[in-house]
Amino acid sequence: MAASIAHTSAPTHHHYTTLGLDSRKVAIWAFIGSECMLFVSLISTYLIYKGRSVIGPFPHESWTDPSTGQVLKPILNIPVTSASTFVLLMSSLFMVLALAAVQNKELPKRTRGERILGNSKLWLFMTALAGTTFLSFQAFEFTSFVHEGLSIRRNLFGSTFFTLTGFHGAHVTAGVLWLVTLLAIDYRRGLGSRDSLLVDICALYWHFVDVVWIVIFTLVYLLK
Amino acid sequence: MATTAIRTPAYGAEYPGEHGGLYSWLATVDHKRIGILYLYTALGFFIFGGLEAVVIRAQLGAPNQHLVSAEFYNQLFTMHGTTMIFLAIMPLSSAFFNFLIPLQIGARDVAFPRLNAFSYWVYLFGGLFITIPIFFAVAPNGGWFGYAPLTTKPYSPGLNIDFWVIGLQILGVSSLAAAFNFLTTIINLRAPGMTLMRMPMFTWMAFVVQVLLVLAFPVITIALVFLLFDRFFGTNFYNTVSAGADPLLWQHLFWIFGHPEVYILVLPAFGLVSEVIPVYSRKPLFGYPVMVYSGILIAVLGFGVWAHHMFAVGMGPIADTFFGLTTMLIAIPTGVKIFNWIATMAQGAVRYTTAMLFGISLVGLFTIGGISGIMHSSPPADLQQTDTYFIVAHFHYVLFGGSIMGIFAGIYHYFPKITGRMLDEKLGKWHFWLMFIAMNLTFFPMHFSGMLGMPRRIYTYDAGQGWDLYNAMSTIGAMIFPIGMLFFIYNFFKSRKSGEIAGSNPWGAGTLEWSIPSPPPEYNFAKIPTVTTRYPLWEGKEPDHESARINAQEGKTPHELGIIIPYSTMKPLLVAAGLIIMFCGLIWSHVLLAVGAGTLILSLYSWLLSPLEPEHS
Repeated sequence: MAASIAHTSAPTHHHYTTLGLDSRKVAIWAFIGSECMLFVSLISTYLIYKGRSVIGPFPHESWTDPSTGQVLKPILNIPVTSASTFVLLMSSLFMVLALAAVQNKELPKRTRGERILGNSKLWLFMTALAGTTFLSFQAFEFTSFVHEGLSIRRNLFGSTFFTLTGFHGAHVTAGVLWLVTLLAIDYRRGLGSRDSLLVDICALYWHFVDVVWIVIFTLVYLLK
Repeated sequence: MATTAIRTPAYGAEYPGEHGGLYSWLATVDHKRIGILYLYTALGFFIFGGLEAVVIRAQLGAPNQHLVSAEFYNQLFTMHGTTMIFLAIMPLSSAFFNFLIPLQIGARDVAFPRLNAFSYWVYLFGGLFITIPIFFAVAPNGGWFGYAPLTTKPYSPGLNIDFWVIGLQILGVSSLAAAFNFLTTIINLRAPGMTLMRMPMFTWMAFVVQVLLVLAFPVITIALVFLLFDRFFGTNFYNTVSAGADPLLWQHLFWIFGHPEVYILVLPAFGLVSEVIPVYSRKPLFGYPVMVYSGILIAVLGFGVWAHHMFAVGMGPIADTFFGLTTMLIAIPTGVKIFNWIATMAQGAVRYTTAMLFGISLVGLFTIGGISGIMHSSPPADLQQTDTYFIVAHFHYVLFGGSIMGIFAGIYHYFPKITGRMLDEKLGKWHFWLMFIAMNLTFFPMHFSGMLGMPRRIYTYDAGQGWDLYNAMSTIGAMIFPIGMLFFIYNFFKSRKSGEIAGSNPWGAGTLEWSIPSPPPEYNFAKIPTVTTRYPLWEGKEPDHESARINAQEGKTPHELGIIIPYSTMKPLLVAAGLIIMFCGLIWSHVLLAVGAGTLILSLYSWLLSPLEPEHS
């Protein structure tokens, strides 16, 4: 039994690989390298244009419209975004638990705690739920910004902010779809340790998207 | 074994056990067939881009001509550049990546065969998307580097630039997907004993190029996204008038991609020539490790030189000095390569085959292009030369003299492996000499017209500025290219049908791809060989006789050998089609957008949930 599990641990098992790793794992790292350059370009542009908007609203300062005298408050809502950041960070923890649950699927579960920790469906669901919660926060943030007068066309800040965070949100959306797909597979036929690679590459992607958010949160929200 | 039938070329359904016909090509996931598809498509685009150049040169042949309108001329030079770079040279390199990488490293296919098919279909559709508008005179017209804000809506209101932005975005998807695939293949599918420092030089340069692609393409993707958003959604990334945008943002982003792109174009040709020259000199490549390191160094430095395209914008003395110096530095690893090729030929038993002539011409012509490159690496000199025909001369010596000559060297060298038949050497030499003469007659005089101040991209000029003679020479040269290409096309199709039978190793080469039959069987290697040296067929310390014997057998089916072959599938094609329809929806109708997205998602799920190949029994 153990031999057959080892035998099927990598789905491309009958192919020799140089590193002994499944090729998908190598490819996801190459993909993440590429994604780094994608976000570096977006973040650099945001930083280059920081403070160069001709008209408000601005991220950290209030702005008085010279023609109407209307005062626009600093637009970033840091407490709310801190909460959504916390949720996204927690999702990485859930992701780790989901991967561990799939990897240890065949181990015997004796206590209630072990059964909860070993429930891959629960943790995949929690990860996807946290991701969706983050996206809801973002949808709320975007709509409230638009109500406060910041559209993607308004100024350089609007263009760079919505594009940067929107790209990140699109990545989270793709990740949620990926997680939901894994969850569906888990419900249909059950994910076992032989499938851990499927969850592993999704986890790498998910953690990467989280790390990118930490950078964005620091540079866009926290640094004045 | 005297009765062993010689198998016909790999253009039909000759792989044992495989169905023929159109479907077998639409649904193929075999890296060799995909390589052949790339080769045909890219040669088609190469000829099309060449014809655009012929019209350009006809227009410039004499002063004050009006063969085409100024507006159409803009479309011609934009599409000539875009076609040659994105639709001809890069995919011609891809044709070789596809065909050769698995064969050179001793693998049965690339790491992700279906993704490979997807890359090809996206390339084909994207190529058509960006090319077809020229028949309706709405082709992109902002130059191949599409400087914003010129390409933003207020200054380029038509559909022209929309086709360009979206077309390049589509082609980027293809390049990135292929890059992840080849990178993984080279890292992870090497045969036992094929250490990094035993890899053939072509595979090494391919490896470096994939790294460049993976890191450089996201940057242009973002630059194009900004432009797309500016044009379609009214964002302000390049809005310098009312929003205070930086007019240099596009230039920086574009050239951070654009300069590595130059090495993406030329390093595969360097790799091919590094295969060709040792074979016809009967000597191992001189200074192999240094060739590897210089290739890597070119790639690293290639990311630190982008602003040498921008000396004229006034970046200040510190930036100018920095980028001037890094640009000069890059000449060192490039020079190392040139000298190593020369040293490989020195005292070798050189055979002047057509492939070798193309290879040697690369060494000479690229050196000329390199030297003019050093000239404008100096900012004060560049201020005189930038945007003149001197630059046009420089990059054609690098890209035609370098990339295209190297690619033709590769085609003559590998045609026997791809088809099982030899190209005619006599016709090949006609082709070579006509191309060589045409190339120098067209581009060498441009150094002079440029130095005399003739700007790029003007559609006509007045007489009496000293440019007439040089332009006439360039035009005559350009008219010789089509004649040379006719020799090539005739040779290609004639040899494919009735060329001399090649056998597995007609040139006496030393790398793994020559150990298997020509054309290679579907599974490439009946037994994965064990590699002990850089030239396993030349100098095996412990030659792997057993694998060599098994691999030399012809006509065995995968079934007989117990080798699992991936299923043929059209799903990658459907995903590519969905992607293209989705992008078309941006221009024409939101219905298409939804249809495309639906097709994409459904066929992608269907692809990902279906197995690549039959289960191991």
